Amino acid sequence: MTLGAQLINVLAAVMLLIAFAMLSQRRILSLIELFAWQGVVLAASTFIVAYTTGQGHLYVSGILTVALKVVALPWILYRLIHRLNIRWDVETLINIPATMLIGIALVIFAFNLAQPISQMASTITRATLGIAMACVLLSFLMMITRRKAVPVVIGFLAMENGLFFAATSATYGMPMVVEFGIALDVLVGGFIFGIFFFQVRETFDSLDTRHMEKLRED
Amino acid sequence: MEILVLLGIPLLGGAMLALLGNRRWAPELGVAMSLVTFLAAAALTARVIRDGPLMTFEAQFFIDSFNVVLVALTAFVAFTTALFARPYMRIEAERGRLTAGALRLYHAMFQVFTFTMLLALTTNNMGILWVAMEAATLSTVLLVSLYRTPESIEAAWKYFILCSVGISQALFGTILLYFAAEKVLGTGGTALLWTDLNLVKSQLEPTVMSLAFVFLLVGYGTKVGLVPVHNWLPDAHAEGPTPISAVLSGLLLNVALYAVVRCKVLTDGALGTGFAGNLMMGFGLLSVVVAAFLLSRQRDIKRMFAYSSIEHMGITTFAFGMGGVAANFGALLHMTMHSLTKSAIFFAVGHATQKSGTQIMDDIRGLIRTNPTIGWGLMLGAIAILGIPPFGVFASEFIILTTAMREQPWATPFLLIGLGVAFAAIFGKVQPMVFGETTLPRLPHPPALIPVFVHLALVLMMGIFIPPYLAAWYRQAAALIG
Repeated sequence: MTLGAQLINVLAAVMLLIAFAMLSQRRILSLIELFAWQGVVLAASTFIVAYTTGQGHLYVSGILTVALKVVALPWILYRLIHRLNIRWDVETLINIPATMLIGIALVIFAFNLAQPISQMASTITRATLGIAMACVLLSFLMMITRRKAVPVVIGFLAMENGLFFAATSATYGMPMVVEFGIALDVLVGGFIFGIFFFQVRETFDSLDTRHMEKLRED
Repeated sequence: MEILVLLGIPLLGGAMLALLGNRRWAPELGVAMSLVTFLAAAALTARVIRDGPLMTFEAQFFIDSFNVVLVALTAFVAFTTALFARPYMRIEAERGRLTAGALRLYHAMFQVFTFTMLLALTTNNMGILWVAMEAATLSTVLLVSLYRTPESIEAAWKYFILCSVGISQALFGTILLYFAAEKVLGTGGTALLWTDLNLVKSQLEPTVMSLAFVFLLVGYGTKVGLVPVHNWLPDAHAEGPTPISAVLSGLLLNVALYAVVRCKVLTDGALGTGFAGNLMMGFGLLSVVVAAFLLSRQRDIKRMFAYSSIEHMGITTFAFGMGGVAANFGALLHMTMHSLTKSAIFFAVGHATQKSGTQIMDDIRGLIRTNPTIGWGLMLGAIAILGIPPFGVFASEFIILTTAMREQPWATPFLLIGLGVAFAAIFGKVQPMVFGETTLPRLPHPPALIPVFVHLALVLMMGIFIPPYLAAWYRQAAALIG
């Protein structure tokens, strides 16, 4: 295995570690920091893939990741929680040890699901596809188990990170025009989430999603 | 050229209205923009009918007879909705339910929303299709919460989270699709172009494609409102302003289903089995039955018609799943008829709730006594959507049902149960609202009901007589999907 591939594998492992750390994190500020670090790892692995394979457009994709997921979105989130003055601990629906156990089961499931596909991949990063999928599922779990609106949103953004990681590890990234489009959507989405937090707070005096369970099927 | 106008005008309109949206003539500007968009769509349609499929801008845009049907429909309904919204939103603002800022947001975002749907329909790039679908969600989230009531905020939150998560699944599906495609087409921009994929679809890796289709179906299916990922739909329809309910039901669901069908064509080619079709039939039937029973338990009029939309999208998904020219013909026709009828119903419902000051059906009574046009609009709309002849919905449902009897006989009882339950529920609830006794005064403003009757007249015409060129056009599109 080349040095590049080894580095990417290490970064993938760090990525998975961060996903678990987010799942177990109770403080919202640390959650945002972890999200920013996940962006750093994602960007680093993108740059390494770009360097070792000579895929020029991946440099652009890496720069986009840094700009958006390391700088812009964490900054927006940071400003938001200051403006909204929320630094409370994160409440979870299921206690943390149980969540971690479910998380481990999800990782095993993701590796099984990714096995047949990663065998077909010709990229040097194919071993990481399982990890990317695990990150997606873990972020999904985080969205489900959190009660407050901000962690749910961070979970959603972390899921987007996992998807980007899947794209770089399976196919060396999507075509450029698509990556720009996705980046634009994520950025606009981040702003709308921000506006939305204020609306929720103004209306319910809290960002607890329990207030938003009134509309029923019948 | 037409495409440039078609996509440029709504985008320009969005920008202009974002700046000038609180002027008194902003609604008229919006209507004018929608009219120009519609004219561009009409010109584009004429050209595609005359010259056949069209590809422009380095193959980034592709129009064939399948999506041009939907482009024309989308531009038309967006135009009539703008016409309806002009007086409707003015009344809402006068009643103090909306601030000037909210109105400006509405007018600007409506144009942006039109743009995203048209982009999703015309693009040839499966990645851009995804981007446009996500943008369509983003542009409507703040419109669903426009009234800032607790319920509307909750509805918008659900809509945002569920659709974003759903669409993330679709992104994963798109990544897998690209993964399968770049083995055949090589890396670079062309490996996500639908036309290129369509040429090599038999060489795409079957295992990857089947996994990709599952993700794409769940992802875009969330936006179609298929059961069990439909929860956002009734809330968003009931709590958002009525013009938005009309375009969500009438247009956005179609566009999402269009995306699913495009993916199905590729998956069928790669697998050579009925895997994709079977999945779609299953989800479709489940939606029809579940929606019909939930529909009968609703008390809110907009929620009831939202469930009816789920039911009809279920029928259409089922028909596309069956495949074959006849079923596809029925599905396309049903898509068109449902869009026209459902948006007409929401227009009538909007004024009915404005008049009664409530959306609870038990409190809406005697529409026909005080405002006969609203009453008749709602009644005829309900009759049309229930598939009573001679309206066009009957024709499309008839085609789908007879095809199902021939090809998938096991499915017909489910379809009939769904249609029967929906019939009993909607008819039983609409009838007293229209004909009952009332003490409420009539609506002080003249309602905007021309769009309602134009839509219903079109549906009636299509039920009695489909012009031959239109039938040929539909048949061509149906054959294309295969």
